[in-house]
Amino acid sequence: MADEKPKEKPREMRAEVTVPYEMAVGSNWHRFFEGLKEEKILGTKCRKCNRIFVPPRSFCPRCFDDNEEWVEVGQEGRIETWCYSNLMFPGQTLKPPFVPVQVVLDGTDMGFQHRIAGFDLSDFEKVRALVKFGGRVRAVWNKEKKGTIFDIDYFELVT
Amino acid sequence: MGKAVAIIGTGQTKHGRRNDVSYPELVREAVKAALEDAGLTPKDIEGVVSGTMPSMMEGISDTHLYFADAICEVGKPVLKVETCGSTGQSIAHCGFYWVASGAADIVLVVGSEKMFEGDGQATMSTVADPWFLKPFSAGAPGVFTMQAMEWMHRFNIPEDKAREAAALISLTNHDNALNNPFAHIKITMTIEDAKNAFIITYPVRLLDVCPTSDGACAVIFASEEKAKKICKKPAWIKGVGFRGEEYFLGESNKSIWPSATEAAKHAYEQAGIKNPLKELDVAEVYNPFTYQEMIFYECFGFCPRGEGPDYVLKGTFTMKGELPCDPSGGVLCTNPIGASGLIRLAEAALQVTGKAGARQIDGAKLALSHAMGGIDQFNGVTIVGADL
Repeated sequence: MADEKPKEKPREMRAEVTVPYEMAVGSNWHRFFEGLKEEKILGTKCRKCNRIFVPPRSFCPRCFDDNEEWVEVGQEGRIETWCYSNLMFPGQTLKPPFVPVQVVLDGTDMGFQHRIAGFDLSDFEKVRALVKFGGRVRAVWNKEKKGTIFDIDYFELVT
Repeated sequence: MGKAVAIIGTGQTKHGRRNDVSYPELVREAVKAALEDAGLTPKDIEGVVSGTMPSMMEGISDTHLYFADAICEVGKPVLKVETCGSTGQSIAHCGFYWVASGAADIVLVVGSEKMFEGDGQATMSTVADPWFLKPFSAGAPGVFTMQAMEWMHRFNIPEDKAREAAALISLTNHDNALNNPFAHIKITMTIEDAKNAFIITYPVRLLDVCPTSDGACAVIFASEEKAKKICKKPAWIKGVGFRGEEYFLGESNKSIWPSATEAAKHAYEQAGIKNPLKELDVAEVYNPFTYQEMIFYECFGFCPRGEGPDYVLKGTFTMKGELPCDPSGGVLCTNPIGASGLIRLAEAALQVTGKAGARQIDGAKLALSHAMGGIDQFNGVTIVGADL
């Protein structure tokens, strides 16, 4: 018997892992999200290298010094890079198509990840004609505030 | 670098959809092949290093417990290392350092993934925090595409030229995979197919993107004394380099990718390589995305910044080019993530020992292998050579 190979293809059996989490954001990001509720975008500044971080960092990743100074940064900025997503997978927050973007907000030194919207995104050729590197964008606020990143609904193109 | 270290055996599974075997059985296939290649038994292994993508990929977190027997770890010291896509290079470096330190003479390194069992993008999206990066990341393609867009913009690369070069990279890798008995995706395709394929994250299309694969790879590292005794033709480790970057994507310049550039530079310094394009005979670049492959060429000094597409279009990196890249078909055609970076090293070792079969680059003596991981955050490079 031991030498006989099974004639059927071995089966697959379903398994599922679902785990809810309650994750601590820490006082630094808590303050940022509270700021969003008041339609303010807050960053922190490193006193050594003078870079301003949005999302705020409680410490500078390069200098490793505590960031103690808070600043309100601009609600407009320039497009550092972007793409057009046509991809859906389980757990994804946004339905495609959507336009992820890195915005360098006025008064900051790095790209802040969000999305561009506010116009018809169904045709990527039309999107490509409108979205430009270095182009200006402005935060559009959600009327209902939950203290999450989606308090900024999206960034609109400034024309 | 510590004491001299050699690779004395490699093993790979047939990669693809492997629902004919359980995960531990899949892993054992690679380990068994590596032991046979080296002419060793499990008793000869003094230590084991294993690694996968972050564990949710297969729904079993403690993978090195699940396949403890398959990686011969019973009664032995065991280490597990995870750095996402770069896991394969991280575990290789771990094995290398273990032997280079003199603490062990023979170490087995095993990387694996069984991606068809879960959902690759859903798992990879949990690599990011849930508040800032995850909501807008559009999985791995979104991250890599934003990087490619930034690179094209900063170096004024016309979109059409980059598109043409990316299509040629796709064609080259898919052609190469036909010569690799372990490869997953084996199709014949044309440049036009690549340019017209379904859009994933514009401008990246289906044939610019790696598959999800099941597969495993095992590599056995040995000290100089053991290698010379056991192995007729070892592949010697000539240099290793690994670098990390800040967490948030927007905090570093991904168009010149500091971690990729510095990891290669560190490995080149150890290997005494001054002109990689001339001195390297072959490279196994971690290339899940065609556009990103060109950024790697520039970071590794294969061509000047912003000229990746020009070098691609003149055929520099094809099988007959000046520096053939990914004769195996690369990650673009086979991507069991936790194994992918180690497969690059195994393939490089096969090349410099003349064992690469139909994908062999004639007379290859010096090869680069590489992997990238995290949210564009980690890069690891290992150089192997035919001579000590």
